[in-house]
Amino acid sequence: MKLKEGQIRIPSGCAISAVISREGKRMTGEKIIESMKPMHDRSNGLGGGFAAYGIYPEYKEFYALHIFYDDNTSRHTCEQFLKDGFEIVRAENIPTRKHKNITDEPLIWRYFVAPLASVLARMQLDEKEYTARIVMKINTEIDGAYVFSSGKNMGAFKAVGYPEDVGEFYRLDEYGAYLWTAHGRYPTNTPGWWGGAHPFGLLDYTIVHNGEISSYDANRRFIEMFGYKCTLQTDTEVITYIADYLMRKQGLTLEETASVIAAPFWSTIENREDKELLKYLRCTYGGLLITGPFSIILGFNGGLMALNDRLKLRSMVVGEKDDKIFIASEEAAIRTMEPDAENIYSPAGGEPVIVRVKEGVEL
Amino acid sequence: MSINYIYPEYEVVRNDARCIRCRVCERQCANEVHSYDEERNLLISDEAKCVNCKRCVTLCPTHALKIVKSDCRFKENANWTDDTIREIYKQAESGGVLLSSMGNPKPLPVYWDKILINASQVTNPSIDPLREPMETKVFLGKKPDKVKRDENGNIICKTSPQLELSIPIMFSAMSYGSISYNAHASLARAATELGIYYNTGEGGLHEDFYQYGPNTIVQVASGRFGVHKDYLEAGAAVEIKMGQGAKPGIGGHLPGAKIVGDVSRTRMIPEGSDAISPAPHHDIYSIEDLRQLVYSLKEATEYKKPVIVKVAAVHNIAAIASGIARSGADIIAIDGFRGGTGAAPTRIRDNVGIPIELALASVDQRLRDEGIRNNVSLVVGGSIRCASDVVKAIALGADACYIATGALLALGCHLCRSCQGGKCNWGIATQRPELTKRLNPDIGSQRLINLMTAWKHEIKELMGGMGINSIEALRGNRLMLRGVGLNGKELEILGISHAGE
Amino acid sequence: MKKIYVNEEWCLGCHLCEYNCAFAATGDKFMSLALKDKEIRPKIHVEDDGKIMYAVSCRHCEDAICVKSCISGALSKEDGIVKIDKDKCIGCLTCVLVCPYGALVPNEGKAVTKCELCTDNKCGEPACVKGCPNNAICFEERG
Repeated sequence: MKLKEGQIRIPSGCAISAVISREGKRMTGEKIIESMKPMHDRSNGLGGGFAAYGIYPEYKEFYALHIFYDDNTSRHTCEQFLKDGFEIVRAENIPTRKHKNITDEPLIWRYFVAPLASVLARMQLDEKEYTARIVMKINTEIDGAYVFSSGKNMGAFKAVGYPEDVGEFYRLDEYGAYLWTAHGRYPTNTPGWWGGAHPFGLLDYTIVHNGEISSYDANRRFIEMFGYKCTLQTDTEVITYIADYLMRKQGLTLEETASVIAAPFWSTIENREDKELLKYLRCTYGGLLITGPFSIILGFNGGLMALNDRLKLRSMVVGEKDDKIFIASEEAAIRTMEPDAENIYSPAGGEPVIVRVKEGVEL
Repeated sequence: MSINYIYPEYEVVRNDARCIRCRVCERQCANEVHSYDEERNLLISDEAKCVNCKRCVTLCPTHALKIVKSDCRFKENANWTDDTIREIYKQAESGGVLLSSMGNPKPLPVYWDKILINASQVTNPSIDPLREPMETKVFLGKKPDKVKRDENGNIICKTSPQLELSIPIMFSAMSYGSISYNAHASLARAATELGIYYNTGEGGLHEDFYQYGPNTIVQVASGRFGVHKDYLEAGAAVEIKMGQGAKPGIGGHLPGAKIVGDVSRTRMIPEGSDAISPAPHHDIYSIEDLRQLVYSLKEATEYKKPVIVKVAAVHNIAAIASGIARSGADIIAIDGFRGGTGAAPTRIRDNVGIPIELALASVDQRLRDEGIRNNVSLVVGGSIRCASDVVKAIALGADACYIATGALLALGCHLCRSCQGGKCNWGIATQRPELTKRLNPDIGSQRLINLMTAWKHEIKELMGGMGINSIEALRGNRLMLRGVGLNGKELEILGISHAGE
Repeated sequence: MKKIYVNEEWCLGCHLCEYNCAFAATGDKFMSLALKDKEIRPKIHVEDDGKIMYAVSCRHCEDAICVKSCISGALSKEDGIVKIDKDKCIGCLTCVLVCPYGALVPNEGKAVTKCELCTDNKCGEPACVKGCPNNAICFEERG
């Protein structure tokens, strides 16, 4: 029997790409789809996906839940469960177009929801925490239902297939986003489960990642102390939870978070001016240090952070042009999006690249 | 009784063609096995006294000697083994409790040997420790639950006191008294040089060793021997010893014969009096009492030093550890049933307690289930024998390991398991001046440093193979382990998969 | 210069130094073959009164009284080492009498023998130092 993500740990290689407009200008999905084509060989047709920020301005006060269902029974169960805790202002199929390379699609739904105030008051939770818990509950407890996107004014789109095909399938040319991230996957084995594709998201945090981290189980067992359940056994999942825990629950900044997951070597820390802080972070959150190769792009409402492992064991380059910043596994991908991209460089291992939309821009 | 039922266990085999009559064997055997017959120009042996410590074998310059197990055995019997029969004879003669030393030698499962370590192939790279940084530094102590910021939004970088270790290994508790001054000197100097810690055990701290205080863990045990204000202040951490792997549930007994001179002064008890540590701490009959002692010691040391609570691995260890974690302890040390001792009743040493591998796995998981693993550090001992044992322990969830038997072996111990006799030919478990001088701390400390340096290299190689370049990323990383020949229950407790899965 | 020093604190009185010294002088490969049934005449010897043990050998005195008193000119100093020319020694034992440390060893009618820091054999560094199990004998520079 072939085991899917969650039943077995599947290492994979990958391609990643991203573009962000610092002015908050909307871009359609065409460019980001194009960027994945020159990196075709970095995927093997067993997973591709995108995350888009700023795509649901008319529903920006609502959590946009993107859900895969195996069948209508699981959909009914899940919708019934959602209704107990949320006001659902809109429920619909995610529009797709038929594509010869994308087959065996599950039911793909999206919901715009708001947690019921009475439930939040009863449970003494803020709405983010409540929504995160419900997402994890659906994914672990409702058979055949899988929430793959759960932030406000953003969405993830993913499938089994090559990323360029996945983009066309989801009609991403029809969305306008100020930040796009993309992922092409090269798993070493898989039955081809849609939920196993990337990006992985929780609330508005999404991660696209290329690598296979060697610290996985140390990270998983640490983060699971705090209510997270790593059901997929993928790196992307655990890194997303780490980001959520450090930033949302512990209140760390992006820079501080980067200093935890790609902490400088002790020998470097010794010579740094902020050594007390770095030592504190590394010592306190040692279980969240990530080792082994990774290049990740963390997307969130208003920006992104790109980060390599501290030995820089995976390629990742950054370039810019006008208001846009481009990040990808290969320069070719950046050149596809913007032939005149400037200041192309390869960030050092453990050096976070943080890009935010300018303050004051309405998203 | 005129007949001794016990035939000597060992034979001293002397190759007369090699023996040059230098008599070093005779001079070096405190058990007086060897003697020289001048008239016949012969060295002869009284094998009944031989404990197989191999001092004579090691010093014989012509390799003329070997000690072999006697093949004069009882009639073969799978049930009544030679050891069992011999013990009955001993007790029938003495009427006493059998005493033994060092760790449990019985063929009980060694789980370390049934666990295998992973390595990277293709999908992610292994890392060469000769070319890339490979970090083994560890901080032991309670970590904050939540960051706190000052009015400017800067993180307040204050934590509970931490012990900083260059490698995740410390020298475990062995008291001055149970081992010699020179053994302590070797441990103290090596720990200082290595950037790790050694542990005084319950025997106080000799005034000469206060200089090594920053690398010393001072122990407070049920007899409170040698405990006073300066002692507590001298150490880098204070360890409350509740139990010991070799003899869970009982106290200690250092015979009066060993309470001489400086040992008596350091323990603060009269010369020649037996040092008897009670089985329990008589001020700790429950977990809330432990909390009081933890905080008394913290008060006494102004909250500047982490407090370690050491317990033996017993059946209910997960719940006990959880209780300790909630009692204010910064570090929990767990000692497995194969841990060593200077003397313990044989029946207890060989039959009480559980393997450290299982205890560690269940404690680490329990503390994680309760979300408090980061509130306390875990140190495990009780037969950590080599670098791969250390790596496996860390991957199962330990922060660091305690070694003692391994350290004594480095100092020359040959595991003859006769410490209780006080005639250690290697100058370790003895207080006789003519024997203690056999351990020159210049040599002893260097051998300990060599051993730890070698292990450090091996740990780095193993980590690099896994693609891990920092020890934090190995801690609790059970995916890096696989079991071989273990049953489903054992794998479940260890929290690892079987090889091939 | 480097000389042999003995730390009484660590001397175990095992006498191994004597045998290592005697063996080094033979140039043989195996100690058992070299010393079996032989009476040894080591140039280092252990003083042992049962309480204090101490290995003694030539100190290569600055102003060596043995050299001064040698009537045949067999003893001389070379690079700080007191050496003996065995061809010149007439076996008068004057040096044995005057040496306050008993470092010169009579040799049954033949020339006296004494420690030359193993420069007179193939040992390299002094054999007593190399073979001491407790670092009680050192070969080092001291002020």
